[in-house]
Amino acid sequence: MSAVEVLGVDKIFNAGKTGQVDALVGIDLTVEPGEFVSLIGPSGCGKSTLLRLIANLTEPSSGGITVNGKSAKQSRLDQDYGMAFQQAGLFEWRTVARNVELPLELKGWDRSKRRARAREMLELVKLPDFADHMPWQLSGGMQQRIAIARALAAHPPLLLMDEPFGALDEMTREHMQAELLRICAETSTTVIFVTHSIPEAVYLSTRVVVMSPRPGRITDIIDVPLGGARDDDTRETGGFFEKITEVREALRGAEFGTGARGIEDR
Amino acid sequence: MSSDAVLPAPRIARPRLRRARRVLMFVLSMVLVAVLWEGYKWLGPQNGGEVFGWKILPRAKDSIMPHVGDIWSRFGDPINRASDETVLSVVAAGVWFSFRLVLAGFAMGLVAGVALAVLMTRLRVAERAILPYLVISQTVPLIALAPLIATWGGKVEIGGWEWPRWLTASVLGAFLTFFPIAVGTLKGLKSPPPAALELMDSLASPWHRTLFTLRFPAAVPYIVPALKLGAAGAVIGVIVSEISTGLRGGIGRLVTEFGQKATSDPAIVYTAVLGAAVLGLLMAGLIAIADAIFMRNRPKEIES
Repeated sequence: MSAVEVLGVDKIFNAGKTGQVDALVGIDLTVEPGEFVSLIGPSGCGKSTLLRLIANLTEPSSGGITVNGKSAKQSRLDQDYGMAFQQAGLFEWRTVARNVELPLELKGWDRSKRRARAREMLELVKLPDFADHMPWQLSGGMQQRIAIARALAAHPPLLLMDEPFGALDEMTREHMQAELLRICAETSTTVIFVTHSIPEAVYLSTRVVVMSPRPGRITDIIDVPLGGARDDDTRETGGFFEKITEVREALRGAEFGTGARGIEDR
Repeated sequence: MSSDAVLPAPRIARPRLRRARRVLMFVLSMVLVAVLWEGYKWLGPQNGGEVFGWKILPRAKDSIMPHVGDIWSRFGDPINRASDETVLSVVAAGVWFSFRLVLAGFAMGLVAGVALAVLMTRLRVAERAILPYLVISQTVPLIALAPLIATWGGKVEIGGWEWPRWLTASVLGAFLTFFPIAVGTLKGLKSPPPAALELMDSLASPWHRTLFTLRFPAAVPYIVPALKLGAAGAVIGVIVSEISTGLRGGIGRLVTEFGQKATSDPAIVYTAVLGAAVLGLLMAGLIAIADAIFMRNRPKEIES
């Protein structure tokens, strides 16, 4: 059973009116369990919209989406996925531990079980000593790690991430990428990851999905066979640079004549 | 890992020292007012004065501006020759009476304001339909409204329960309370960013769970300043209503009653005025306690 199956999905905003936007047209995408798939493309290519369709935060205009063999809506109701956004979005009135417990509260877990799981998740993101801190006492990178702990607290098989490291500085960002790979390997979580950054997509992914705008569509899917165990040395290998070049060229092709705007080439 | 450095907790002055300083400033400010009062009495014209031909300087003579000491000692004297009740006990009883009406009015206004804000958050149609009327409601003159509510209330009778006269004053207090609370709470309930609301959606949180888990906690920094405005409104509403409907027992009534004695007993007028000020301070104190409870562990960013 596939982790995510997107079949012939269109998403049209303001259909039939002036200002109609073809956000996504004819999207087919299958993600297998354990994969790490990045969605990359310039602004307006619909990568965030695609993520939000899989999350059932918005409905497709046509086509079908299944997550873990269920409808996207049923998967959302069953909390089959966790989600992380560009802003960590921690609740400032809750301690770090109570932020991590949020998904468990909504699942109706009792207090002691929640406490234990929150502790376990904070160990996982290597912040076990910060359970009783308030979010505003932590740095941006730490807050984002708490947000990942929250997204994974209910042990969902799927993690949906919308530019989660976009607001971090480069050093923190590379550190967080390595941490994310470790966490996903330890928890065998499938990930769909929206990003603007080519090196980030290549470093993290088993497959990179290249998208282009007007109308939003998938123009290329590039396998990244760099192996499972990746570390900082991976960033120095020839294979890594080859894949970056391949993704960059795919983006240029997708952007024929319009120029790849909004893509970070670093 | 420099990127993971913990930000230092915001510098918080030692609370005991800060509190002592606040009390000191409060006492100092009262002394300053007394000094200004006496200073004007000393320097100001006895029978008022003109500035550029306009008669704006108040008369400084004892029958208009009694000495601070006289006002102070008047509290300890009997209310009149026939009674052994002191002015202090009469004013204190009036403040206590009015305080309970203010509390009742504040509570009603709080419930109504929050309920309206929740309704307007839930239904955008409701916001467009209700909000203009809320704004208009606040332009109705209180003095006109008080007798109207008293008349309507007098006709209310539900299963043997009759509208007590004090309820008119409380309702008027509620009338001034609910508006700032409704507006502030509405703004607060709508303050969570879209990502926070999407997070709750992604966790399949039903609307009422999101209301209590996200929207209300996020609204607290907006609700607390609204409570301050609402409390001031409740005090004004009750006092004005006491005066305009002639309700006995409260501080509003004492202000008018003592006012009539101004020519023979100028100091007693100011005892009632000070009583009304104390009523305002009591409410301000209650809100300060609520502030301290609800805003603990919060970054102090939003200030009103």
